[in-house]
Amino acid sequence: MRRVVVTGLGMVSPLACGVEPTWRRLLDGQSGAGTISRFDASHLATDYACEVPRGDGSDDTFDADAWMEPKEQRKVDDFILYGVAAADQAIADAGIGDASDEEKLDIGVMIGSGIGGLQSIAETAVMIKERGPRRVSPFFIPGALINLVSGQVSIKHGFKGPNHAVVTACSTGAHAIGDAARLIQLGDADVMVAGGTESPISEIGIAGFNACKALSTKHRNDPERASRPWDADRDGFVMGEGAGVVVLEDYERAKARGAKIYAEVIGYGLSGDAHHITAPPPDHEGAERAMRAAVKRAGIDPSQIDYINAHGTSTMADTIEMGAVQRLLGDAAKNATMSSTKSSTGHLLGAAGAIEAIFSILAMRDQVAPPTLNLESPPEDAVIDLAPLKKVERKIDCVLSNSFGFGGTNAALIMRKVDA
Amino acid sequence: MSEGDIETRVRKIVVEHLGVEEEKVTENASFIDDLGADSLDTVELVMAFEEEFGIEIPDDAAETIQTFGDAVKFIKEAV
Repeated sequence: MRRVVVTGLGMVSPLACGVEPTWRRLLDGQSGAGTISRFDASHLATDYACEVPRGDGSDDTFDADAWMEPKEQRKVDDFILYGVAAADQAIADAGIGDASDEEKLDIGVMIGSGIGGLQSIAETAVMIKERGPRRVSPFFIPGALINLVSGQVSIKHGFKGPNHAVVTACSTGAHAIGDAARLIQLGDADVMVAGGTESPISEIGIAGFNACKALSTKHRNDPERASRPWDADRDGFVMGEGAGVVVLEDYERAKARGAKIYAEVIGYGLSGDAHHITAPPPDHEGAERAMRAAVKRAGIDPSQIDYINAHGTSTMADTIEMGAVQRLLGDAAKNATMSSTKSSTGHLLGAAGAIEAIFSILAMRDQVAPPTLNLESPPEDAVIDLAPLKKVERKIDCVLSNSFGFGGTNAALIMRKVDA
Repeated sequence: MSEGDIETRVRKIVVEHLGVEEEKVTENASFIDDLGADSLDTVELVMAFEEEFGIEIPDDAAETIQTFGDAVKFIKEAV
């Protein structure tokens, strides 16, 4: 099978618009959390989240007009806006925008979302109730459908290869990158623009996850301290929003055109828990099987993994994941570093796996593991270094990124430096 | 409501929804052929006219509204 490498990165995150500014702030230990500013959330059990900083583009804020005409923005939900912006960045970074018409037949898009246009659906439902069905916009459906991110990106850039979208809750981003890499390996495409996007910070989104008892609720006065993976005082995840998109490319094609190569996707594993709609089993053997499948596909020994970007959402499941990772690594666990960047960005749901794959790649590039913020009381059975509070500068040649979703769906990605 | 007033308000809606220059919104300007609208844009435009003028434009009538002039004429008769 063909080798697949990453040649472009793009991101819109609660820390910043753009990959490099987000990465700088992540290493700097900044948090994207704050009291929700977009709507009055004071009546909800949780009134804080990690919102994308909107602005005029200065100080790395997200300027929507820079990515999409205002008249087009009206027609789409925010998750499409974020996805298109992150894809544009990745495409520019990879330098594939000027591909020939013939080459574009083999460039595809696979950008997923966990929930899609939740806010649009909520607003439209209210409007039908108040004013009747004739007031429904013709852009409501195409502005809310999950696969319309892939659709919009293909239309904008003329990419006529496979056009697909993943929907696997919080493992969407990782599944999209893994599945897209498979399409290249098998020859269905030469290049894939892949990732995830999400815009769940709305009254219906917060209320829905509150009802599942999934969100942190105890930090109204100090939201920056709310996302605390593995910490003894963790009380749920902090909602985030944004998008992460990578350009995946056939290695030979990338080499031939002299592309900048960030990493090679060497392993991808998938599994199902067959256990519960929202909770992992007590030993999360499903997560372990996904990781082992990725290791097997990569043809490496687990001890070769230097850094793990954990799913680590700041819920009770964190320590269950840690147990599965420590079983996978065995004695080598003491030599590896694992962190949860959700401590800084919050949980971007369907975009999480994509931005975290990007962070894992940058950890290899810069030989530094980003920190786990707010981890003041680590679990006693932690053998692995969880990078509490501060980044860890160390050798990182091979990385694993985990993502698990509601429904018991698991994805693990393993990437390696190409020259390693 | 004066006829000039209707024209001004219709033009404003077209400019806002289609993101076009005001000068391009002339009597015979076709929404699809001249102003860059697609079929969904025209559905939304008709909805915006209904909203602005408090009128109802049935689907068969909406299909006959192809140009800025068509829209102004229909609305003048309807209000």
